[in-house]
Amino acid sequence: MRKFVDLHLRAPIKDLDQVERMVRRSSELGYHLVGILLPPNIMRSQIDQLRHICNDANIDLVARVNFSPKTPRELLHDLRRFRRKFEVISITCTSKGVARQAAKDRRVDLLHFSATNLRKRFFDRAEAELASKALSYLEIEMAPLLLLTGFSRIRLLSRLRREVAIAEKFKVPVTISSGATNEYLIRRPHDYAALATLFDMPISSALRAISENPVAMVERNREKLSPDYVAPGIRVVGRKSGA
Amino acid sequence: MPKLVRRRYLAIKVVSEQAVTERAVMNAIWKAILQLFGEYGASQTDLRLIKADPQRNYAVVRCSHKSLERTRASIASITEINGKPAVVHVIGVSGTLRALRKKVST
Repeated sequence: MRKFVDLHLRAPIKDLDQVERMVRRSSELGYHLVGILLPPNIMRSQIDQLRHICNDANIDLVARVNFSPKTPRELLHDLRRFRRKFEVISITCTSKGVARQAAKDRRVDLLHFSATNLRKRFFDRAEAELASKALSYLEIEMAPLLLLTGFSRIRLLSRLRREVAIAEKFKVPVTISSGATNEYLIRRPHDYAALATLFDMPISSALRAISENPVAMVERNREKLSPDYVAPGIRVVGRKSGA
Repeated sequence: MPKLVRRRYLAIKVVSEQAVTERAVMNAIWKAILQLFGEYGASQTDLRLIKADPQRNYAVVRCSHKSLERTRASIASITEINGKPAVVHVIGVSGTLRALRKKVST
């Protein structure tokens, strides 16, 4: 059976009731794993509290952080500082320099672009080539598709169609996430797959983008963050006591 | 020989802060289809309301087999009904009403 993942719940973590409602709704709709957007300076106890809420709803939590650095140098600083604290790191690319640096850095998991300012969507062929080598994923958020109307939605769909075609050509994995700020913006995985057909993504690829692709990324990162991890394919299987 | 028309039945559930009538739900679905696919696309969906249970906020609608994904995308794109936040979830799809009933009850 497929495990469905929503890597981007924009739940207000100060309002735990709202977080609980959103997590419960995600669980009811068939998700097994949700990524909640957390501030970089969050305390470990707060993450544990959120994990407890998710466990009650029978859903797995992924600690995710989002950075919008202004310069490549700022991006490198953020990555150095926070990579080992969070399971998923996404970068909102606000300039071409940041986009290129994010695409070639293996510590970046998700490339995220503005849905409203289409001039700041830098996912072109050069970006895709770098992202494909560094195993970064292209994230497509569905909330703007639901909220925008008229010409802005038309332009967004057209841009997403182009980006998905480029991603497919350069074999950049795509993830689809909700980007929901409340429970009314969360949809079932199959509904997201149907919505993805609006930008010419085949249903099978869309379902992969909401299940296998994000699951693979989270599992890879969890393995890397485990204390037994040494390098790809090498892990500590036992420690000699007193050594 | 007449060509067999293949259809799909969709069980939907409406989640809203206020009580909504079946008419309001159908209007919202038609509006979403028209917005996304225009009148030509809407004409191909062959959308009909089969039955509704306003007490439990459930309904069953029928569409043509070829326009299932369009109908589903349109239903998913609904964000409000009568000006209030609302969601319409597709809880099951099937080719016959009997199979749909079985699927939804499990």
